Amino acid sequence: MRSGSKSLTGRALHPGSSSGELLILDQPISFWGGVDHHGVIIDVHHPQCGLSVAGKVLVMTSGRGSSSATAVLAELIRVKKAPAAMIFTECDTILVIGALVSAELYQIQMPMVELSTDSYAKIPKSGSVLVEVDSENMIGLIKLLE
Amino acid sequence: MKKLILTELEQAMLSGEHGPAIAMCMRLIVGVAKANQATRLIEIESAHADGCLYHGIAGLEYTEKLVELGGKVKVRTTTNVSSLDLLHPDLVHADATLATNGRRLMDAHLALGCEATWTCAPYQTGHRPVFGTQIAWAESNAIVFANSVLGARTDRYGDFLDISAAIVGRVPFAGLHTDEGRKAVLVLDFSGISRELLEEESAWPAIGALLGDIAESKVAAMIGLPGDLSDGGLTEDRLKGLGATAASAGGVGLFHIVGVTPEAPTLAAVVNAKVETIKISTAQLRASRDRLTTAVGDDLDAVSLGTPHFSLAEFENLAKELEGGDKFSPSIDFYVSTSRGVLERAEALGYAQILKNAGGRIVTDTCTYVTPILNPKIKTVMTNSGKWAWYAPGNLGIETILGSVKECIASARAGKLVRNDALWF
Repeated sequence: MRSGSKSLTGRALHPGSSSGELLILDQPISFWGGVDHHGVIIDVHHPQCGLSVAGKVLVMTSGRGSSSATAVLAELIRVKKAPAAMIFTECDTILVIGALVSAELYQIQMPMVELSTDSYAKIPKSGSVLVEVDSENMIGLIKLLE
Repeated sequence: MKKLILTELEQAMLSGEHGPAIAMCMRLIVGVAKANQATRLIEIESAHADGCLYHGIAGLEYTEKLVELGGKVKVRTTTNVSSLDLLHPDLVHADATLATNGRRLMDAHLALGCEATWTCAPYQTGHRPVFGTQIAWAESNAIVFANSVLGARTDRYGDFLDISAAIVGRVPFAGLHTDEGRKAVLVLDFSGISRELLEEESAWPAIGALLGDIAESKVAAMIGLPGDLSDGGLTEDRLKGLGATAASAGGVGLFHIVGVTPEAPTLAAVVNAKVETIKISTAQLRASRDRLTTAVGDDLDAVSLGTPHFSLAEFENLAKELEGGDKFSPSIDFYVSTSRGVLERAEALGYAQILKNAGGRIVTDTCTYVTPILNPKIKTVMTNSGKWAWYAPGNLGIETILGSVKECIASARAGKLVRNDALWF
């Protein structure tokens, strides 16, 4: 998001509209075994162990590890300790399922977007963004908030 | 923009003409198909459901809703580990919520028509899809095993999608279901590692951790590794441990070992064009092994084997190592996790009794790091499993030491760490 371009466009993985502070992960994380039920990173191998993902716009290249991550993410969404939105460079089916199920059971929509590697590199290191995903056109929009 | 095309039958299933459970499952499958840019669905022949381990209300509500709506699985569906050990109920110190909801979740899966296998290694207790079969499996180690060792085809599925796919008998045709998605995009060369080190059991979880780290969720081909899948289980169990660790340290859903795994008789069979080859050094492999040990010093409180669940071949080997030897030190709790299917045979063959005589305990239907089993006083645990070593520090708040089964036995007898590092330097 260089000056003059305050937004990025990617592919929609799950619809919704949500904003929050950016949390860019240095390495991918598995939600099962990697994030506790308060949304805090507990994976001792992870450089950001101890940080909370709750309410953040979580940015990581892809998911990692356990296929139970879906249930953990759905449960975090249910108890409102999940990230506000997620941005990947590579669609992670396991996490998309968590978002789909929360929409089915609780009518809570958590937007997810896949960005190209080029666009991903343009995400600012900090600050807040609005993530808007239009499922009709399968377009995800990420807008930098002042 | 790729567009998903459903058949008339699939449209009818989605719109509710085949009942509300099928419609609910189709909504999920179609949502995933769109995210994965699949252009069609394909029929599957088998499923393995991971959703029977209790993670909270969401999983329970989804599964019980399917039961309430009259859902039934269309294909053979086995169940993964649960939160409870129904054969040894005293082993799990579940609180009232976990005991009640964990059991409700298991019952809901059975009501949907799943088989009560309760194992993360269904492929070693009779559920082995043949080469080329399209399947929908969840549980990261079972996925990577089915794809890599059996040559069946599943994408990396998780809770909810597994049972939904079983109910509609379909998944999106994408990712590891397709020929293109199964090609390796990088090559790891192990020809620089000594044969002696590769005969060490702990080399295999170390390879897995390294693979997960380098490949993340990409498909890799490995060259320079020994193995023969018809050797009576040794290679199969090594690849089980490798895959489980790779799927923990990374998102690996498929690997190829040239000359060993069924899709890779040659390197050319699994790579399309010229791809990057990374030469692996002993120092790199040692660094990966060392990531699986968090403990410092030689204090030890417990040993845990059988993640993924112990196979009959592993039981046979364990019994040979234990027979006629000393009992475990009374200061060490020694656990082996396995499936009820394998336990039945291990009991018939006397292996289970040999383990019990030595002072070991057997856990079924669940695993020592996913539910409260270990004594809360336990601080340091030795394991042969890279997957256990990866997750236990976070899940249980304990320290881990990775070692071979032989080293785990020697340590359990001595009451402190016994490990031979000579080959690693």
